[in-house]
Amino acid sequence: MITPLPLQPHDDDGPVFQEPWEAQAFALSVELSRRGLFSWPEWTEAFSVEIKVAQAAGDPDLGDTYYEHWARALEKLIASKGGIDEAAVSERAEAWRRAYLNTPHGKPIDLSAGLNKPGSH
Amino acid sequence: MPHDGHDDFTDPPSDIALRVKALESLLTEKGLVDPAALDAIIDTYETRVGPHCGAKVVARAWTDADFRLRLLEDGSAAIAEMGFVGRQGEHMVVVENTPDVHNLVVCTLCSCYPWPVLGLPPVWYKSAPYRSRAVSDPRGVLEEFGTTLDANVEVRVWDSTSEMRYLVLPMQPEGTEGFSARKLEPLISRNSMIGVEKVLPPGNTR
Repeated sequence: MITPLPLQPHDDDGPVFQEPWEAQAFALSVELSRRGLFSWPEWTEAFSVEIKVAQAAGDPDLGDTYYEHWARALEKLIASKGGIDEAAVSERAEAWRRAYLNTPHGKPIDLSAGLNKPGSH
Repeated sequence: MPHDGHDDFTDPPSDIALRVKALESLLTEKGLVDPAALDAIIDTYETRVGPHCGAKVVARAWTDADFRLRLLEDGSAAIAEMGFVGRQGEHMVVVENTPDVHNLVVCTLCSCYPWPVLGLPPVWYKSAPYRSRAVSDPRGVLEEFGTTLDANVEVRVWDSTSEMRYLVLPMQPEGTEGFSARKLEPLISRNSMIGVEKVLPPGNTR
């Protein structure tokens, strides 16, 4: 269930980003390199390594998994350069998941709604 | 917004979307990114940067001989002169199609692409089959895009890197001599600037 957003970029082959998170991952890489956490060549190196790893693991790499490689490369580079490790990301991702589940449909999602485990308050 | 038949909770997005969201919020808390800057980047690539920028460069090269010379001599400077600068546009090389030479751009490693003039790359450009076959069988790839070249035309394949981006200057279609740049721009497709297609005269559809 992917609902295209009004601002989602399209070209004559379809959406350039298939889902909003792809655009967010893209923007994070651009912004972090602009602010110097890593250089753009460092980014493209990390990204191409991630693509090769995925291909070696059997990913046919047809373009549809492109931003999955992107997000994984970004996570690893942030872990090594920004001091945010995999466990911290997992913990925060779970907090966001709980925030969605604790928020009535149609209301804005706020992280604070997910900081307490369900039933703990 | 589809109605999911529930009101008391919201379906969480996919795991990977949650991880990207987690990264963004952790980086924001550490002061390493500014959410407003991220929104501005997304907005820029969504609406302001796209193949219409590259088309302006090509149309000007077709109608302004001095600009064409500057563009082929120093692509970065000539493109910056038109106001198209950005993250990856710093080292741009413009390669010219002629009756004897057809140029094709690829990035075999990942998907380096001249974003400031073409926007974000299409899905096929990022795919492994295109990345490998553009090098091993460029004529076959061109055929798949409906582009047939005479046997005597040389195909040159340019492999982009994080430091070097290529933009193809396609041949101006016959019958458009004397057209203004503004009238030419809509004819110039993204694919023609990657080199997988030619620019067709007005009224021709693919």
